Amino acid sequence: MAVPKVIGIETEFGIMVRGTDDWNPVSASSVIINAYVGAATGSLGERSRTVAWDFIDETPGADARESASLEFAMPPEVETHLVNAVLTNGARYYVDHAHPELSTPECRDALSVVIFDRAAEMIAVDSMDRARELLPAGQEIILYKDNSDRKGNAYGCHENYLLDRSLPFGQIIQAATLHFVTRQVFTGSGKVGSELPDTQIDYQLTQRAEHFEEEVGLETTLKRPIVNTRDEPHADSARYRRLHVIAGDANMSQVATFLKVGTSAVVFAMLEDHAFDRLPTFLDPVQAMHQVSHDLSLRGPLRLSDGTTATAIELQADILEQARAWADRYGFESVGGDRVGMMILDRWEQVLIGLERNPMDVAGQVDWVAKLRLLDGFRERHDIGWDDSRLRALDLQYHDLRPEKSLAARAGLETIVDEDDARRGRTEPPTDTRAYFRGRCLAKYPNNVVAANWDSMVFDTGSEPLRRVPMLEPLRGSVQHVGALIDSSDTVKELLEKLGA
Amino acid sequence: MAEREQIKRTSPRPSEEVNEAAPSVSEAGGKLKSDLDDLLDEIDEVLETNAEDFVKSYIQKGGQ
Repeated sequence: MAVPKVIGIETEFGIMVRGTDDWNPVSASSVIINAYVGAATGSLGERSRTVAWDFIDETPGADARESASLEFAMPPEVETHLVNAVLTNGARYYVDHAHPELSTPECRDALSVVIFDRAAEMIAVDSMDRARELLPAGQEIILYKDNSDRKGNAYGCHENYLLDRSLPFGQIIQAATLHFVTRQVFTGSGKVGSELPDTQIDYQLTQRAEHFEEEVGLETTLKRPIVNTRDEPHADSARYRRLHVIAGDANMSQVATFLKVGTSAVVFAMLEDHAFDRLPTFLDPVQAMHQVSHDLSLRGPLRLSDGTTATAIELQADILEQARAWADRYGFESVGGDRVGMMILDRWEQVLIGLERNPMDVAGQVDWVAKLRLLDGFRERHDIGWDDSRLRALDLQYHDLRPEKSLAARAGLETIVDEDDARRGRTEPPTDTRAYFRGRCLAKYPNNVVAANWDSMVFDTGSEPLRRVPMLEPLRGSVQHVGALIDSSDTVKELLEKLGA
Repeated sequence: MAEREQIKRTSPRPSEEVNEAAPSVSEAGGKLKSDLDDLLDEIDEVLETNAEDFVKSYIQKGGQ
């Protein structure tokens, strides 16, 4: 039986300062996060402002391939983290390289991911508003939810899925490659032009595809691989693996985010349940990834290893057909239950049918289509060609997170989560994962939390040595497990006694 | 390959579908067009001025 597909996403925001030429992205990112964290904890104790992320168990250089060659085993550039905050919703908000990055709390299903992704957008908006108050008049920090500056520099929207450790990594590579290359037809955010040398193209499906050069590997900042092998489970490593996915675009469309993580969770659950009868492989996966992104017709034949060809939509439809058979046999428990599971499969089918019939049918669901509709309308109205810089400005501004400037917010995208739920999600954690324990403790005992991590928390009870509470099971620490204990404990000491920690 | 067939089945056959669904399609099309016109009016208002400089200055190094 597949393990529960606990999911989280990490978004690196694009950042720009208006009103001055004298700025750098690292300090601007720090201002953004400090502005938010300072205001959010203003009424709490001093300690809460300095709750540290605890790096003791972080090993981003660990490689998932058991037989990794020395050449592959070289650790990538060690991440440099500056400002680093843990939020009461269980999320982590920090400066990563030269971007502000927000990692959602661990979510039990794809719909919960959409709530906390929308909450992350709201946190970004709050951060910009608060930073504006701190900056000299006329200056403003702007955040974009995109993945490329269109000049060859990319930044990520990574996804994380909890997988069964016993699943052979070779099988993960096969299924992940098939899905990541072909899901681009509905996960792409759209991009004007190309960032590859000698490539003339007006518009393409994705922001990220052209930045992928390898099939499998440990890197995330250069020679990016379609399947990333970082092996850092943030959970019981004997039972679990965390698949760290770097191959997707950040989405403005809630349906696209839902399908991106929902269909992927289904694919990995199917793999664990041995439910794939057909798992075609590409002759050249990297070429196929670029080809899908460049093919607005969606009709281009992709070359498979067995000598045949298929389109991305055909391959997606075949995965979906096998997913229906899997669901009949195993149910949707592993992906969060019947309601979310059926919603994933039904939405998946609707979007594929729409893309096959006429992509404009899904302009309310798929970002690259929504953006193309705006670009085509704008081109026609102003009678301009694809080289006009206003189209590139429009492309960028689609991702502007300021409500008064965002074009995505005006594009008629369908919403599937309640705005009030998302607003609550800025400060309240999900109730069905260990993020609940992290968030509640931080909110209730801010002066006693010394450090927090995905899989542990360190408390200072005031009188004893520091106490580390391990959280190696991502589904333990939910409201069901610890809600009443936290409610009934006035002090952290009391809580730890009740937990038997 | 039932799903593939299903997708093919649901692909519009121009002659039949246009006749059957003509009024509502053109109505919906008209609504979409006016929505898009309103939207383009709004874009003209909020789009960053000085597009060329704006696009040029958007540089994002050091990402994953």
